[in-house]
Amino acid sequence: MSDTNLPGVTGVIAEEEQTGANPRILTLNMGPQHPSTHGVLRLQLELDGETIVKCQPDIGYLHTGIEKEFEVKNYQQAVTLTDRIDYLAPLSNNLCYCLAVEKLLGLEIPPLAQWTRVMLTELTRLNSHLVWLGTHAIDIGAMSVFLYCFREREDILRIFEMYSGQRMMTSYFRIGGLALEPPRGWQQRVRTFIDAFPGKVDEYEELLTNNRIWIGRTRGVGCMSMEDMLDLGVTGPMLRAAGLKWDIRKSQPYSSYDQFDFEVPTRTEGDVYARYQVRIEEMRQSARIVKQALEGMPGGRWTADAPHVVLPDREKMKTQMEALIYHFKIVTEGFRVPAGEVYQAIESPRGEVGYYVVSDGTAQAYRVHVRGPSFANLQATPCMVTGTLIADVIASIGSMDFVLGDCDR
Amino acid sequence: MLPETLKEHATAAAVEAFDAAAVVSGKFDRGELTLEIARDKIVSVCGFLKYDLGFVRLSTVTGVDRYPAEPRFEVVYHLHSLDRNERLRIKCRLPGDDPQIDSVTEVWRGANWFERETFDLFGVRFRNHPDLRRIMLPEDWEGHPLRKDYSVTGSRV
Repeated sequence: MSDTNLPGVTGVIAEEEQTGANPRILTLNMGPQHPSTHGVLRLQLELDGETIVKCQPDIGYLHTGIEKEFEVKNYQQAVTLTDRIDYLAPLSNNLCYCLAVEKLLGLEIPPLAQWTRVMLTELTRLNSHLVWLGTHAIDIGAMSVFLYCFREREDILRIFEMYSGQRMMTSYFRIGGLALEPPRGWQQRVRTFIDAFPGKVDEYEELLTNNRIWIGRTRGVGCMSMEDMLDLGVTGPMLRAAGLKWDIRKSQPYSSYDQFDFEVPTRTEGDVYARYQVRIEEMRQSARIVKQALEGMPGGRWTADAPHVVLPDREKMKTQMEALIYHFKIVTEGFRVPAGEVYQAIESPRGEVGYYVVSDGTAQAYRVHVRGPSFANLQATPCMVTGTLIADVIASIGSMDFVLGDCDR
Repeated sequence: MLPETLKEHATAAAVEAFDAAAVVSGKFDRGELTLEIARDKIVSVCGFLKYDLGFVRLSTVTGVDRYPAEPRFEVVYHLHSLDRNERLRIKCRLPGDDPQIDSVTEVWRGANWFERETFDLFGVRFRNHPDLRRIMLPEDWEGHPLRKDYSVTGSRV
């Protein structure tokens, strides 16, 4: 067997010969340092020739105990933890966590803050989908798409940097509104980008949509039925590519998404190519939402009228005693949140992100559970790849668009 | 027993009509319905919720540690019905000296990893689970980090 000359494969075969296992079956470890597993995912594959007979994902390499950390930070500090969960969609996680805590507090967020939040989470969706498209294409062998995607991604990161001073871990949303008033000139910056963006999506499509190699590698690959996906908890673009028109932004609107006009793209094939089409269309829809937010941006305050939660203006602190007291209280011990529990779900680029926050009435959360969409989606890997060829595994798992930080937390 | 205020709620009333003994309590707070179910009845109630009431999606399963109060553990299930566009929280309380509950993997296959995670981080055992192993931490790890008596700081000896 020439295969035995491959490094790393020899030992496995020798072991199996000793244990008397089926000699036709070859066990192969993919990851945890495989480039196409985007992080540290390990797949234990059992192969019969080139066909996968069993697949066992092994996760947890990136487990950092974030849920435990939530219990020792006060509510406002914990916003920074949510960035690090899903590093490609930090603002989606910021938003979901803030909405959950605001629900516990019963805060009313002013329209201006809500619309800005919508605009920034949609830019985050673009950012995440661009990284997905670039890396997914590079996995399958299309190098240039990666360069195109990262060109636009850089523009988005610059916009984030302008807003928050940070490119990736923005932590820009605060409980009760936004951290800062955006700087002068941001509207023009966002407008220039978003006006040009649909043309850029055309460029990606020109490279891929009718590309024969791309179609050959993705069409009819990694199929999964809608029933299997629902049963396994898969959400997001994968589910929509299998035909279910379900998007939390439409079905249970949050942060005034009900005031925006956009479509929820679906396909029925449920293969890798359909997922590609759905995400491409989602990018166009997100650009529409950003544009609407820019044009119809309401006026008003950046933060809720809740002095016990939101830090006071610097000016007020110099002239008003109450503002100084509130500032001292919020900074030193944080604010107390009424006892109770809430589950808030939003539509992140990967699917349903859910935050389950339990409060016992103190300034720190009693328990925070994060439902990461990557965790639930990855669970479906064995169902998706068993019985297919090993060469298609890369395309299949690439189409899931998981982030291991989101999965392992 | 359902509180009087929840008798009008369609989902809560349907679950009580299905098995009145299973419903320990219920509450409706901040627009979210929570039903506490007796732990022996969890699989039958979940089966009813999925197949008769259309809660086809299990969003997540997790735990809460109420240490030092008893019963110590809560296992929390978040369900979602696409047809009714409704979410539901199911809760079971487990005593600290015997944290065991039947697995709902036979109702939703997707419960598999969520229950493994709850086992790993809280030490709650799920009976009849097809593959109850640690998922986040190494196999030889000692203790369950999300328990309240597991220290955040300091080193393990």
